[in-house]
Amino acid sequence: MKRDLFLFIGFAFLILLAPQLFSGGYLMNVLVFVGINTMLSIALNLLLGYAGQISLGHAGFFGLGAYLSGILSTSYGVDPWLAMPLAATVVGLMAFFIGFPILKLKGHYLAMATLGLGIIIYIVFNETVELTGGPSGLSGIPNLKIAGITFDSDVKNYYLIWTATLMVMLFSLNLAGSRVGRALRAVHDSEVAAQVLGVNSRILKVQIFALSAIISSLAGSLYAHTMTFISPASFGFNFSIELLTMVVIGGLGSIYGSFLGAALLTLLPEFLRGANDYDIIIYGGLLMAMVMYMPGGLVRGIPALFRRLVTTKKGEAGHA
Amino acid sequence: MQFDQLLQYTLSGLSTGAIYALIGIGFSIIYNATGIINFAQGEFVMLGGLLTLSSLELLKLPLWAAIPCSVAFSTLVGILFERLAIRPLKQPTPINLVIITIGGSILIRGLAMLVWGKDTHAIPPFSGDTPIAVGGATILPQHLWILAITVVIIIINKIYFYHTISGKAMRACAYNRRAAGLVGIDVRRMVLFSFIISSAMGAVAGIIVAPLTMTAYDVGVMLGLKGFCAAIIGGMSSGISTVIGGLILGVLESLGAGLISSGYKDAIAFIILLLILFIRPQGLFGKADSERV
Repeated sequence: MKRDLFLFIGFAFLILLAPQLFSGGYLMNVLVFVGINTMLSIALNLLLGYAGQISLGHAGFFGLGAYLSGILSTSYGVDPWLAMPLAATVVGLMAFFIGFPILKLKGHYLAMATLGLGIIIYIVFNETVELTGGPSGLSGIPNLKIAGITFDSDVKNYYLIWTATLMVMLFSLNLAGSRVGRALRAVHDSEVAAQVLGVNSRILKVQIFALSAIISSLAGSLYAHTMTFISPASFGFNFSIELLTMVVIGGLGSIYGSFLGAALLTLLPEFLRGANDYDIIIYGGLLMAMVMYMPGGLVRGIPALFRRLVTTKKGEAGHA
Repeated sequence: MQFDQLLQYTLSGLSTGAIYALIGIGFSIIYNATGIINFAQGEFVMLGGLLTLSSLELLKLPLWAAIPCSVAFSTLVGILFERLAIRPLKQPTPINLVIITIGGSILIRGLAMLVWGKDTHAIPPFSGDTPIAVGGATILPQHLWILAITVVIIIINKIYFYHTISGKAMRACAYNRRAAGLVGIDVRRMVLFSFIISSAMGAVAGIIVAPLTMTAYDVGVMLGLKGFCAAIIGGMSSGISTVIGGLILGVLESLGAGLISSGYKDAIAFIILLLILFIRPQGLFGKADSERV
């Protein structure tokens, strides 16, 4: 337990130190996105990696958080600090109630149902033009302010987003190590066995679905208030797939893996500037390659690869 | 509400419904043989349309030759997909299969974008575009082609599944894969067959719809999902229930777009999908089956 705490403190220290090391303005902006995507992949990982329930509609919850918070603060003058928890509450309740029928489904059927849900939400963003501005988007969303500081620069946003991300990480690490985390993993391995041992798997799955939606909604609200402009294009089916790719690449059921996956997939397009449109080929290829050759994700695959290299080297040495 | 208008929406709904039915049957065939929902199914629809375009324009083939050529190539992609992605999978859990078929679908779509670019392309209709008057409504010759080809394919399907050894073996796999293996059926070959048949059917659907709706590298996503919706309404059957499912979906969508709002047209299919999954996961006509719940 102590080791875990030190690991987290070390990680948090590095994260908060990063802006001192790279003062490049553009990189800061990208790192803000890494933070938001880390939050989102952790949310999806709690559901997929721990409870074993897939969702292909998480971009929808992310979008709902962004739009609810954006609309409340822009059109109705609600303070952003109040708009964010309001949005999260609405999204959480929605996920909770829809969770009962949707989580009765398993595997492929759950995947299709959540996908359908995500697409319906996306269509609503596009069609309710008076509220959301439709396909051209919603602009002029106010920045967050606290004690005279307005979060309007990349460096300030970096600290804002990463403080929230680190809090989500700490919370999720705690949750994963707790009784609830063990119950979730039991549901993942065998729902029947978990039920026999007294885990109310039905409620538990719905609760983790709602929690996952709430974290996604908060990430969405933070996204809206840091970017000050949102449009439906950011919340479509493709983004749900991108989130899935992050979680799978990083490693199912690993919080640090989610960070790794989010960081890799957010930074990758920056290194592939020339191949702008073709990043989807890379996503597709990575997704397939990971499932086939490294089903545990980078977080487990890299150490395993390293161990194998070391042992074969030793073997060769022994042979000679 | 005029009768003419209603007839018009219903007729055009029936022909899109036929397309959904063909794609839906493709989903069901693979699902029944393997237990996999192939998220890449829609990409074969896209390949069908775009490969026909290339056969017409690059190879200068006449339409009657371009169509089988395109179906053959799409089927080849289906075979490669099964061999390179599905078969080597070491841990074929449902979630891994969902992820790998999604990965495959993105990869195929991305490669199509490399080859054909992002533009939408038109394919000439099979026999002109002079509208035909039916009652107070009009339909295009292409609508008739779609309905006729769908009927022919469904008949061929029926003959294959009920009157050939390999079709019967495939049905045996759908009932019980292990038992089918015990009586000497090569289950892995049946899996490959199921991919061949459904990629070919998907390609045909893509070819016959392309003259009406245009085609592009990304048409597969929506068409694939609607096809899945048809299959769900039909209870994942590879027969007539999925056809009815597709027709119901097509007509409801067309009426919804005409009478309510065209913007919400796509939402209608997904609302039906969710309702069916929540209320009758065994499909509209099926008996209760705990497997899908």
